[in-house]
Order: sequence, then structure tokens, then C-alpha cells
Amino acid sequence: MVKMDGDGVNNVASGDHYDYLDGLSEEMRNLGLTGHVGFDSLPDQLVNKATNQGFCFNILCIGETGIGKSTLMNTLFNTNFENEPQHHNMPGVKLKANTYELQESNVRLKLTIVDSVGFGDQINKEDSFQPIVEYINQQFENYLQEELKICRSLFNYHDTRIHACLYFISPTGHGLKSLDLLTMKNLDNKVNIIPVIAKADIISKSELHKFKIKIMNELVSSGVQIYQFPTDDETVAEVNASMNSHLPFAVVGSTDEIKLGNKMVKARQYPWGTVQVENENHCDFVKLREMLVRVNMEDLREKTHTKHYELYRQSKLTEMGFMDDSTGGKNFSLQEVYELKRNEHLNELQKKEDEMRQMFVLRVKDKEGELKKSEKELHDKFDKLKKMHGEEKKKLEDKKKALQEEILAFDKRKQAAELQHQASKDHMNQSQTKGGKKK
Amino acid sequence: MKTHLEGYVGIDTLTEQIRKKALRQGFEFNVMVVGGAGLGKSTLVNTLFKSKVSRRVCHPEEEYKTPKTIEIKSISHVIEEKGIRLQLTITDTPGFGDHVDNSKCWQPIMRHINDQYEKYLNEEISIKRRKRIPDTRVHCCIYFIPPSGHSLRPVDIEVMKRLVQVANVIPVIAKSDSLTEEEREAFKQRIQKDLEANEIRVYPTVDNADNDEDELGNNAKIKERIPFAVVGSTSQHQVAGKSVLGRKTRWGIVEVENEAHCEFIHLRNMIIRTHLQDLKEVTAQVHYELYRHKRLETLKKLPLDSVGSAPPSPNDANNITATKTPVPNNNNNKQHANNNGSPLKPSPKTPTVVKPIDAGNHVGQQALSESQI
Repeated sequence: MVKMDGDGVNNVASGDHYDYLDGLSEEMRNLGLTGHVGFDSLPDQLVNKATNQGFCFNILCIGETGIGKSTLMNTLFNTNFENEPQHHNMPGVKLKANTYELQESNVRLKLTIVDSVGFGDQINKEDSFQPIVEYINQQFENYLQEELKICRSLFNYHDTRIHACLYFISPTGHGLKSLDLLTMKNLDNKVNIIPVIAKADIISKSELHKFKIKIMNELVSSGVQIYQFPTDDETVAEVNASMNSHLPFAVVGSTDEIKLGNKMVKARQYPWGTVQVENENHCDFVKLREMLVRVNMEDLREKTHTKHYELYRQSKLTEMGFMDDSTGGKNFSLQEVYELKRNEHLNELQKKEDEMRQMFVLRVKDKEGELKKSEKELHDKFDKLKKMHGEEKKKLEDKKKALQEEILAFDKRKQAAELQHQASKDHMNQSQTKGGKKK
Repeated sequence: MKTHLEGYVGIDTLTEQIRKKALRQGFEFNVMVVGGAGLGKSTLVNTLFKSKVSRRVCHPEEEYKTPKTIEIKSISHVIEEKGIRLQLTITDTPGFGDHVDNSKCWQPIMRHINDQYEKYLNEEISIKRRKRIPDTRVHCCIYFIPPSGHSLRPVDIEVMKRLVQVANVIPVIAKSDSLTEEEREAFKQRIQKDLEANEIRVYPTVDNADNDEDELGNNAKIKERIPFAVVGSTSQHQVAGKSVLGRKTRWGIVEVENEAHCEFIHLRNMIIRTHLQDLKEVTAQVHYELYRHKRLETLKKLPLDSVGSAPPSPNDANNITATKTPVPNNNNNKQHANNNGSPLKPSPKTPTVVKPIDAGNHVGQQALSESQI
């Protein structure tokens, strides 16, 4: 039966169908095709577009210092991400994010690995999970901001939301620590948690089996929702279901290669034997890689977007006071609050501007005062110098006068001396002539 | 700066994962056909999708009555090929261009297109929204040009001018078997000149920066052929021992899928086999974003100022471009700091309960008002 609206399009059946086509089959008819149309190339078109754009994937690793997070990442992605080993003295938990660009055939992947630095090192670990929760929320917030922008470009946006969280459990063999339970409980509705048992080569096979059961029981009894591999697609349902029963994966990481037979394999060598990373009898590393990268990467991204992000968005928007009004008024709510916030923002800016202006005026005054003072000082100095100069000049003048008088006096004495000398010379001449006459 | 991988990791399986997801979810595609009566719109759609998707308006027994107003009729079907399910929606516009006075005949069409955007926007903005928002936006608008052989008529120019600003428009020459090859070429040249003179940017727009050279070359070739000269038919005839779709006339059989006879194949390949996904993406990323931008902007100015009577040009001062080039990160765009709306900070105080605007202001109840169309 074909349904037509007089002035609009079919109203689509409501409901949260993940596969919406199911809900509509009653309303529109399935038509048979009389020939080859050609839209079987659609998935190819879609894949091509997606590949051109590139993908991104963000992993968060939570675990104590030295538990093998960086090594596992290196092993998982067959590369050396160059993370320096951290020391144990961090005062609090910090999150370090590094982004790498990987490429395999024509697929480009922007991989971001977020490491929890200092987790489990403090004496009081009550607040250890807080920075992690804040980081995850911040990424959601950034995406929400971008989505709510008026002029946005979502398809170019580098998505930093965490798609998978690997939680590293210490291989004690006894069960989960209370820190583990506390952290996971606070994260399970924000991110896909995949618990792994780290350094699994410490545990023997039988102990491992018991350990896994204990962990899963504790998780279930505490109500922690870990990520379940999806079973709705028939092609992967089976393998996913069986993998779900192997959780949590017991992994060993190593980037060292040992020669085994005629191949080089990644392994850890002990005096009593060699643990091969990619041997399924030795550890679950291959399973982890299979599930995380080769089968369910897309599902992890999808769940993050449709489940965790939506939850965050709903709670955030409700917290801010928006309501879904069925008459279509929700548009306004968003805009009105936008207006309010915008005005607030503008007012703040105005206040800041005024403050700055006042500060500026004050500073100018101060500077002026300083300048005046130094001007005065300069004047004083100048006067002093002038005075000094005047005095010196006077002294010199006096000296000059004194010298001149001395010269005059000297001249006089000179003259007087000459006169005397002349007079005495005359006298001598006279006495000589007298003496000659006498003979 | 790429990090080197020393062994096989398995990242390239992502394409397979995406393909599987797409197969599971199915696809949707919405086409609108715009043109006068009797131009073969329904037949062309049926030929494109090889099934009776469009109910033929004209039956030999009934008399065709021009509807008093332009109606918009949508039909949806699900067709499946090789395991891929496609929900196809065809929107027809009976009554378009058939009246004596055709002024503002584009308005119902624009309104319909904008209504779909409005619907999608409302879904997107709501707090509790569905996982997959049903996409009823018009992805492709095929405009039928009657085969006069001269050039575009004024009504064609006016309508297309406005349509290209809200949707992807593909003009075709209808019933092109009434033109000889030379007439067809000349007609096309004149049409292309008209389109250029009036700055009508039909699909595909060749200036997508993130296309690779193949696509750009392809698009350039397609651009040369636009508008496609098509013939539609759903009846089969025997030609040289093979059964082909065609129109039988006294002087021969016009084969629909013969390149020498008409360009139907190129149109079909472009719409279905190569550019379907691109049509959807351009609609979502360019036209819808433009609509959303305008809509949220106009809502900001309360009460609503009229945004202007002329249709806003794609490259107006607000830095809104209608192409697919990446929009610059608006944090750097200082002069438009207000356009983004302030970043929403979590309010530590009690949440303000915001009530919808009172009934006096009917702004939100309809899409952009007629003065803006």
C-alpha cells in the first residue's frame, strides 16, 4: 500500500530502531526491479568517501605505573611509540595524549593514545579516577560545542572522544582491587571499558581461569557494565559471542623478537622458557587485537557516538535547562539560553574592558608621577652642577688674578733688579776709571 | 608526519567494517523531479530505477486536470539489489509551470525543501534524539527543460536560480528524441551559456578541494555534458536480437540505453552509480549546514528581522560558502565571534528553566518565511 501525503513526505515510523528500515516495511512496498539499476555500488561509494576522509580512533589506557600499557600499545600497533617510562612520584593522576598518523594500504588512521600517568601511585587514591572522568567529559564537551556552533564543520572535526578504554588489571590472581572497581564503576557509562589482565605470563593457566571467573563475578555483582562485543551482525556474531566469554583478555606485550625455528616472533625470554606473544596458547593477545582492531573498531566508535555521547549530551543539555517541547518550541529554548549566555559573556567582556581601562589610567598616573619626580631630580642636578661650575670658575678667576699679580710683582722686582744691576755696573765703571787716573 | 608500522596491524579492515555496517543499515535517497506536465518526469524516474516507483499521472482514460495549486507529492519505496536495500523517495510536483501566471511557482518547492531541512534540524536539536535521524532531505533535484531547441525560458532561469541555493540541481533536456544531434548540441551550448550568465551553479560543482584528480576530471567531463539529453521508457522492444528499453516510432526505435541515441546512461551512472553518496554528502554538509546556519542566525535576532527579500547569494559577506571547501575554524574568525554563540559553560547555579516563547511570536512554527524565498 502506497502512502501519500498531500503536502509532505511519509511520516517515518518512530522508535529507536537501530536499523530503521525495519520499522517502515509495513508502510511502503518493496518493489521488484526489472533490470540492473546499479546502486549495488553504494557501499563502495560510501567506503571510498570515508577512506578519503580518513579515520580516527582514540584509546585510553588506565593502569598502574609499570604495568605494561605502553608496551602493549607498541605490540598492538607493531610500532614504537616512544613513550618514556614514567617514575612513581607523580603527585596526582594526569592524562597524557599523543596522536599518531598510521597508514595501511589506503586506510589512514589518526590514532590517539591517552595514557593515565601516575595512576595508583598515590597513598590516597580516592580521587584517582576524577581526572580521568574529567578528561573524558572534556572531550565530549568539545564535540558538543562544535555540534552546537552555528557555523560548524563537523565533517572536518578531529574527533577526540575516547572510543575504547583498556583497563589494566594487576595479575595478583585474587580478584579486583577496590581501586579498580571504583574507577570502572565511575567510567562504565562514559566509555567502552575493555578490561585486560596485564603481564599475564605471571599467572599459570589454571590460576588464570579462576582469576577470570572471579573478576567477571566481581564486575557483575558491582554492576559494572563493560563493553560487550556486538552480536547483531550475523557475520561476526559467532566469533564475538565466543570472545565475550573469554573476557577479560590476559595479555602479554613485547616488542623484542626472538628467533623461533626459522621465524622471528615477538616474545619474552625467561631462563625457564619463552612466552610468545602471538601464540594463542600462551596468552590472549591475538584475541585482543582481533577484537579491538580487526573486527569491532567501527562498532566501538559507533557506540561511543550513539550511546555514551548521547547520554552526556542529554544530561548536559537538561542540566542547562533545555526542555524538549513537543510543540517545536525547543528551538527557542536553545536560542534563548544562547542569548542569555551571550549577553552574560558580553557583560563580562565589558567589565573586563572597564577594569583594564581603570588599570591603564592608574598606571598612566603612576608613570606620570615617576616621570615628574625624575624630571625634578634632573633639574636639581643641573642646578647643582651649575653652581659647582660657577664656583670653580670663580676659583680659577681668583687664581688667575693672583697669578697676574705675582707676574706684575715679579716684573717689578725684575725691573728693580735690573736698575740696581745697572747702577752697580755704572758705579764699577766709575771706580775703574778713577783708579786708572791715579796711576 | 606518519608513524611507520613494522608489521601488519589490521587497520585496513576498517573499510570492511564500514561496509558491513552500511549493508546492515541500508541506504536512503530522495529525489525530486521538477518540470511541467507531460515532460516525462514519471517515466524517467521509472526508467532510472527500473521499477514503477512513480505512479503515472496521465492515464489514457482519464483527463489530465491541472491542479489549481502546485502540489508536492512524495512516494517512498524500498528497492533491493544484491543485498543492498535502498529506501527511495520520489517527490513529484504536478502543476508546476502549467498555469497562466507562473510567478512565484518556485515557492511551494522551496518550502518543501526547507521543510525537510527544518524537520531534520528539529530532530537534531532535540535532547532525546533517535540513533538514526530519518533523512527526508531532498538529495537531488532533477529539473526538466522542455526541448524547445532555443534556450532557457525565463521561468526556467528564475526557478533554477533559486533552487541551486538550497539543493543539488541536475538539469535535463526532456524528451530529447525530438531534437536532432546538431540541434541538441546547439541547444546545450545555449543553455550552458545561459546558466553561466545567470551564475546558476548546477551539480556537480567542480571546486571541491578534497576531491582527487580522478573525480575532478570526471566532474569536468560531466559538466561539459550538462544538461543531459534524456529519453525515458519502460517498454521493451527487440533490436538486433536483444531486448532493449526504447520508444518505438514509425521511423525507428529510440533506444534509451544507447549512448548514440540519448544520454540517459550518463545521467543514470552519475546519479546512481558514482555520485549518489556524493549527492547525499553535499546535501548534508553544504546545503543543510547553510540552512541551519541561516535558521539559527535568524532566531538569534528576536523579534525576527526580515533577512532580506532577495535570496542570499552563496558568497555573501558572512563568509558562508556553499562549496565543500573546509570552513575555517571559527575560533580564528574574530569578526564573527558573535556568530558562534558563546561557548556553553556548565552553570554552577540552579538550571534556568526556559519556557518557549509565547504564542505571539510564530517565528519557529514555519521555516524561513516567504519573504526570504
